[in-house]
Formats: sequence, structure tokens, C-alpha cells
Amino acid sequence: MEVKTKDLWVFIETKEDGSAKKVGLELLNPGKEMAKKQGGNLVALVIGNKVDAAVEAASCHGADKIIKVDAPEFKEYTTDAYTIALETLIKKYAPTSMLIGATNNGRDLGPRIACRLKTGLTADCTNLDIDEETGNVAWTRPAFGGNLMATIMCPEHRPQMGTVRPGVFKMLPAKEQKAEIITEKITIAKDAIRTQIVELIKEMDAESIDLEGAQVIVSGGRGVKGPEGFEPIKALAKTLGATVGASRAAVDSGWISHAHQVGQTGKTVGPKLYIACGISGAIQHLAGMSSSDCIIAINKDPDAPIFGVADYGIVGDLFEVLPVLTEEIRKAKA
Amino acid sequence: MNILVCMKQVPDTTEIKIDPVKNTLIREGVPSIVNPFDGYALEAAARIKDTNPDTKIVVLSMGPEQAKTALKECLSIAADQAYLVTDRAFGGSDTLATSYILSHSVKAIEEKEGHFDLIFCGKQAIDGDTAQVGPEIAEHLGYPQITYGLEAELEDDKIKVKKEVEEGIQIIKSSLPCVVTFTKPSWDPRYPTIKRKMAANRAEIPNITAKELQEIDLTCAGLKGSPTKVKKTFVPPRKSGGIKIEEETGAESARKLFSLMSDAGLV
Repeated sequence: MEVKTKDLWVFIETKEDGSAKKVGLELLNPGKEMAKKQGGNLVALVIGNKVDAAVEAASCHGADKIIKVDAPEFKEYTTDAYTIALETLIKKYAPTSMLIGATNNGRDLGPRIACRLKTGLTADCTNLDIDEETGNVAWTRPAFGGNLMATIMCPEHRPQMGTVRPGVFKMLPAKEQKAEIITEKITIAKDAIRTQIVELIKEMDAESIDLEGAQVIVSGGRGVKGPEGFEPIKALAKTLGATVGASRAAVDSGWISHAHQVGQTGKTVGPKLYIACGISGAIQHLAGMSSSDCIIAINKDPDAPIFGVADYGIVGDLFEVLPVLTEEIRKAKA
Repeated sequence: MNILVCMKQVPDTTEIKIDPVKNTLIREGVPSIVNPFDGYALEAAARIKDTNPDTKIVVLSMGPEQAKTALKECLSIAADQAYLVTDRAFGGSDTLATSYILSHSVKAIEEKEGHFDLIFCGKQAIDGDTAQVGPEIAEHLGYPQITYGLEAELEDDKIKVKKEVEEGIQIIKSSLPCVVTFTKPSWDPRYPTIKRKMAANRAEIPNITAKELQEIDLTCAGLKGSPTKVKKTFVPPRKSGGIKIEEETGAESARKLFSLMSDAGLV
């Protein structure tokens, strides 16, 4: 596709209430720097229904311009409607690069739109840069279950696109500033949407299992011994404002749902703090969490492999350690 | 009902070790397996066949000749027929090129096996971890897609899928034909039976090469046809064990940990 601008776009995914999902706002931070290096504007693309809150958030977290699509047919995410919207707008404005948050929806939409535009997409990036020599985006991402990192470029096709893992970048501090807002109308023919959402079964409250975006995660494994063994883990998580995770062993035993699973066949996470309780540290689990900034492991077995990646390792019984730790933290916070 | 399952043979990434001197991946001696997520896709197809016995399951893979071992495993579990897409011209394909080749292969196989109502894929392969090939196949074919599927069943002339979303579970329906990608469900996939295993060992698996794909534009395949290029790969820095805490009692260990956490600004 011919490039008309040097702009960098960030897709701002919205929730049903019209507010922005965090990751889109996070991506405005690296986007700002990249847009500057590319010599263009940072444009936030906000799509949804009644999206004023998301537009406001994108404005104060760094967007130079905002393109807004606000209509009832975008209230719930559907692959077909969102792909049509992106296709129309990208063809109209022709940005040079585009970042999409690697949420479930982002990873559904990214490949669909990249393929429609016949351009390259790099999945689930954890680092972004601009290659000094060529000016291309250098997308860095983990592969082989986190054992290998690869830096990918898309030299000849535009826009160059990537999905970026939530929680990797911090939002720019909110400032009072007014981005230029462009309102676009996209009409979606009724039969263009071929999927139909029948029902959403919410599992507890939504935020409590947002592992990929979590800053702190407390996880339990085989050592918690049963569903009630997750109680001290949940208590600590609550005190820390953390999300509850689990190893495959705990999920396969039916103690907690798969939505909580961290590891190769679960979620890949990168929080600031990861507390592994009663998790031995099978490589499948390590693949999903070893890029956490700080890892604390609590395990009875002094030879458990989890200690190999832990910054702080307690050899001990989680049922003795966790209640005391939770209480200490609660006192300190009070 | 005619279901195509796309499968990739992958190195068992849990067996991969790092060369401590060169700091590179040691790939030699690493066993090759059916990508686990593709195994879930195959199981989802098998479950549809359990309730609709006149279903045919065809499995498709792209890769070198040795990928036939993985295709045979799929035959021994639930698939009725297998095809391997293999050609030097396809080597080095990124996700866009791979999905392009696969979409043409689907058309070629349909000439022999009939039209596919459903195309099932794993959510992602455990070596590349991109989760892009499934949706890109759907786009090349112009089909609707459902990703992160847990379970799928037919309902009238539609497919109904339980889909994993951040908020919980979404029930979503699509018209056919449709591409569905699967993540890990709450049940384990079935095992092969001895009888099926023996039959699978004898099975002839046809190769599909560039020659068989008459309408393919080879400038969109392989390394040259791939918009993304790998600039470099590197092994991420590893941690080398931290501070061990082992006090007399769990409570004392907890207090010590708390004070270390406070010092490190973690609380």
C-alpha cells in the first residue's frame, strides 16, 4: 500500500461501556517516541459505542490526533465489523505503522486486517524500536515458549503492524491537552457481520483474571492441594491488588479455571511482581512467567526448579508463610 | 459434515535447552510433536464426529517430509485422511505467506475431498506463538472466524463455539463455512487406539507441491513472498537464582521476606 503519511496509529480497544482498555493507552507511550522518530503524528484510533471516555483518555495520555468511530454496531467487538472499519480508515489515511494491543480481540483483529491489506504483522511484541539505519519499526517478541527472542522488520509493506503485549509499557502520565478529533462514519451492512454473540458468561469480575495486564500476580500450583488451598492465595492477592494465577497442575486438577492458567498452554505474563506458591516450576510454567520483573517463590522442596528463576525463594510451607506475609503487608498498608 | 484440521509439527519447546557457552538454543535431539493446540482442534472435530457420524475429518500440514509422522499421529487419533504441503519454494514463509499457501491447498484438497464446512486450527503453534495463521487463512478464503475456541458444536446450519475472552466465556455462533481456532479446553484429547495406529502406519499421505496449486502466485510464497523478515534472534538473559530464605518457621520466613520486599520497594 502506498504511504500517504508518516503517522503512527495506535488502536484503542474499547469496552462495552465506551471506556478504553488499558493496553491501548499504554501503547501511546512508545508510540509517541516512535512517531517522533518517524517524523509523523501519533494518532489514536478509537472504535466503539459512546466512546467519549476513551477519546478523552487517549487525548490526555499523549495522542496528537484521534480518529473516532462511534456507533452502536461497534459496541461489541466483532471481527467483521472492526476489520471493515480498519480497512476503510487505513486505506483512506495510509499510516506508516500501527500498534494493536495483544488482547484476545487484538490478536483476532490484527491478523485479519494485516492479511486484508497484504502486509506484515508481528505478534505479541514485548519491545519496540525504530531501526536507525532504515527507519523501519524493529519489533521484538518472544518465541519458542520464551526461550528465544526475535527482532522482526517489515521493510517493504505498509502499514507495518504489530500486536503488543499488555502491561509491557507504562501509560504516559495524564496531562490536560486537547488532541485534534476527527469523526468518521463507517456503515456496516447487516449481513456483513457473519458471527453472532449469543451470550457472555462473566467469570467473577472481569478485572480479577486479567493476567496479561496485571502488575502483580499471586499464583498457586500443586502445593495448594485443593480448591480451598487457593484461599490464602486469594487473600494475599486481595491485599496486594493482584490477580490470581495458577499452574497447569492446579487447573488440570479442577481446583481453578483455565482462565487463571499461566504457562505454555495458558497465559504468558510479565508483571512487576510474580509470587509463585506451591509451584515446582516446570518449564511449561516458566515459559509463561519468567520474564516477570521480580519473582518470589514459596515451595517446600528446596530443589524445586522455580528457585532457579526466583529473586527471593522461601523454602517452606505456603500455608504457614502466606497468612503471616498477608498480615504484614496489610499492617504496612494500613 | 466435512472438517479440515490444520496441524503443525513443532519441536517440543519444553525440551529445548540453552547452550550455556554459546547462549543459543540447542535444537538437536529435541523431539517433534503435534502442536498441542492443534491437538485440541482435532479433538474438537472428533467430538463433532461423535455426534454426527457421517463427518469426515481431513488433516493438513505444511512442512518437510518428516511432518508425516505427526500427520500419522492425527490419523491414529481421529483423522480420516491426511495431506502434506511441501515444497522448497514454500520454505521461510512468514504467517501471511504460510496462510496464503494453505488457503490454496484447501482449494486443491477440496477437489478431492469435497467442500469443507469447517476449518479448525490450533490457536497458535508453540514454537512461533503468533496465533496469526488461523485468522489469515480465514481472510484469504473470505470466511468468518472465531478464535480462542474451547468447544464447538453444530446447531442447525451454524457452528456454536464457547470462546475464551478476558471477561469469561462468550457463546458465539457463525454461519458456515467458518474457521475456528482452539485453545486449551477443560478436557484431555482422546488417545489413539491400537487399531487406528496400525492403519495410520500403513496410510499413504499425498504430497501437495507448488505444481498442484495451479492458481498460486509464487511471488507471495516462501521467504521472498513474506513481508516480515527476521532481523536477529537472541536468547533472553537468564536469572541465576536469587536470595534463599529458610528460617526456623514459616512465619519467620514470611517476616524476613516482607522486610526484604519492603527494602526492594515491592510493597
